Amino acid sequence: MSSPVLFDAPGPKTRRRSLIVSLSVLVVIVAVLVWVVLILAAPRQSSGITLPGFFAPSRWDIFKDPVVWSFIGIGAVNTLRAAGAAMVLALAMGLLFANLRTSPHALIRIPTTVVQEFLRGMPVLLMMLFILLAASTSAFWAVVVALGVYNGAIIGEILRAGLVALPRGQREAGLSLGLTRGQTKAWVELPQAFRQMLPVIVAQLVVLLKDTSLGYIVGYNELIRTTMTSLNAFYGNRYLFSLFIVTLVIYLGINLSLSAFARWLARRRN
Amino acid sequence: MNAVLANLPAFFEGFRVTLLLLVISGVGALIIGTIVAAMRISPIRSMNAFAAVYTELLRNTPLTLVLLFCALILPYIGVTLPYFVCAVIGLTLYTSPFVAEALRSGINGVPIGQAEAARSLGLGFGQSVSLIIFPQAFRMVIPPLINVMIALTKNTSVASGFFVVELIGVGKNLANLNGNAVIAILLAVAVFYLAITIPLGILSQRLEKKLVVLR
Repeated sequence: MSSPVLFDAPGPKTRRRSLIVSLSVLVVIVAVLVWVVLILAAPRQSSGITLPGFFAPSRWDIFKDPVVWSFIGIGAVNTLRAAGAAMVLALAMGLLFANLRTSPHALIRIPTTVVQEFLRGMPVLLMMLFILLAASTSAFWAVVVALGVYNGAIIGEILRAGLVALPRGQREAGLSLGLTRGQTKAWVELPQAFRQMLPVIVAQLVVLLKDTSLGYIVGYNELIRTTMTSLNAFYGNRYLFSLFIVTLVIYLGINLSLSAFARWLARRRN
Repeated sequence: MNAVLANLPAFFEGFRVTLLLLVISGVGALIIGTIVAAMRISPIRSMNAFAAVYTELLRNTPLTLVLLFCALILPYIGVTLPYFVCAVIGLTLYTSPFVAEALRSGINGVPIGQAEAARSLGLGFGQSVSLIIFPQAFRMVIPPLINVMIALTKNTSVASGFFVVELIGVGKNLANLNGNAVIAILLAVAVFYLAITIPLGILSQRLEKKLVVLR
């Protein structure tokens, strides 16, 4: 349902009124933003000392130093490295789960369902801690394996939905050509289900990328830990705000472009 | 196993904090999400744009960063709140765009004839949205909303990284104290989470089936 149905095609009077309302809302939003910025920019009093405002050059000067950017770059690469490895693992696990879940044998299907529901129902952070403490691996592998297994369970469910949604004739045609059940699934059903579900899978991979930030809590030196802990400890609390803004902008840049890619994929399908 | 049984009160305390986080930020996210969804479909252009930017910004920021903002940056700027309140604010903000998107897809799922019928009866925008569209959309969005709440349940665990001692925090403390029973303790924590998420998941599936029959 598109919203224009909900209100009349505006006449000149309504158009003027709606323009006025729109502009006044805009003014309020801009005013609030300006107010926040002014508060942040104002010099601050802290236990008798006057500190510069948050947009003062002395709070941003470290970003002129290429060394800082090389550290931020290492953090970003660590985030992408963990995300990349976890994505590969998640896709492999997803394929495995989807296959086992649609197996004709109840002895395979039911335990898989139980394991999958168990994995989907608990927080990734708990899984990371579990791997970190119980298997005593490095933080990198805790992040990668937990994200891979958790998202693998979810992608398995997505793929299964794709398999179920396929027309029955696809499978029957494969079987009637003399392919075995496994061959039919591998060459006929799964490729179609995968392509059908690709936008949803990519959206899930964006979630995976965002979740690598949990590495901050379990001690993996990804982007947030690099900026907010290491760089902040080195350069001092003065830069906490600026480092946060830079981190936020980097994350938004990466995630917005991936989300745009997912939307583009979804649109291309239709 | 003994380590788990001996520390049951601690687990329940953590469970209580997790439930509190879930309920308060769930209700908050429902309220803010509904407002944002209404702004998103409203005829006023600037509200539209604001809601769209709000949704995109928050959905593309990792929860860790949102909670970090609430727990570290807000006090740094000069807003001092207890860490529990910070976590609630962060979880509410992070969850609200997901609620808004679920509502919006529900609104888009209401057949266009309903809106046309409402309009032809002479109902205004506010009336047709509040009396005709939202009641139907709400019913259709209940399963996706429950899924958002399941995600929120799991997301409350991130608060453990920002000085709130909920289930995971309790689990970490107990695991440090009982080095020989780490696996049992973490599994017990998992069971508490599953006690929330699995019933909610079953509920959502049931409702989904029921609503499919209804339509």
